[in-house]
Amino acid sequence: MSDDTPKLIGELIGDNLQVLLSAIPFSMATGMSVAGVGPARATLTLPWREDLVGDPRSGILHGGMITALIDAACGTAVICSLTKMISIATLDLRIDYLRPATPGETVIVDAEVYRSTRSIAFVRALAHHGDKDRAVAHAVATFMLGANKAPINRGIASEVAQNA
Amino acid sequence: MPDRAPLPPLVPLNNDTLERLLQAIPFARLLGIGATTGDDGKIVARMPYADHLIGNPRLPALHGGTIGAFLEMTAIAQLLADMAGPGMPKTIDITIDYLRSGRPRDTFARAIVAKHGRRVANVRVEAWQDDPTRPIATAHGHFMLPETPDAAPEA
Repeated sequence: MSDDTPKLIGELIGDNLQVLLSAIPFSMATGMSVAGVGPARATLTLPWREDLVGDPRSGILHGGMITALIDAACGTAVICSLTKMISIATLDLRIDYLRPATPGETVIVDAEVYRSTRSIAFVRALAHHGDKDRAVAHAVATFMLGANKAPINRGIASEVAQNA
Repeated sequence: MPDRAPLPPLVPLNNDTLERLLQAIPFARLLGIGATTGDDGKIVARMPYADHLIGNPRLPALHGGTIGAFLEMTAIAQLLADMAGPGMPKTIDITIDYLRSGRPRDTFARAIVAKHGRRVANVRVEAWQDDPTRPIATAHGHFMLPETPDAAPEA
């Protein structure tokens, strides 16, 4: 049985996951990496680092850094939900901080697009240290699809999509 | 113990103290965030442009995460400026609305503490670049305040 449904970027990307972030200076500067992707989802990780801390006495990562990681994970999940590379823009992002991140531990963010229309993607994300029952933060976000004429920079990822 | 502990007094925070508070936050240093306090006690935070803050080099545009982090930091800085005692406010939740893409230039922000309760503060924040009347992003959030010596633990 042939399947004519166009493949999603999340299915086409293969093993070369880091191309999703490598062209994004802020993601590189903070040490984010892509741990896995799927048809409309992405998992990003951020190892603990001293310069990302919010309160030096506790060593807990700054909430803003978790915000940035969640924003990046949600954006990556949206890219993975598309059949071709178009520009996307975050419309809004709400984050509930459930408990402080554990100092020294890598933060993992699982993000998934749970609904897409032609112009909007609805995303939810969970930040944790491996145990989702003890999540650090929960987030919901909406993205506009085709937000700008200029192509979004996802490096080789856009070539993967264009050649698909 | 009275039923209602007094609100923490608003102490004028000079710019040196505020800069020192921000410099003590490693992530604020990474983003290059500074702030000045006006006569009214309201701070104006700034995030000077730096290449590593970029999210999309082709537009180019600041990373949404840097703008979100900057808004959150501005809210915290305003709460620090309003607080009497030591300790760091903790973010309970924050909602960020992205209105325009952040261009590769300096970004500014100011916060309004809509309610400064004993345990929780509700804060609205706005970020802009060239024109304060054309915000690039707004946020509102709730922050858990550190316990002040006057506040009853169960309050």
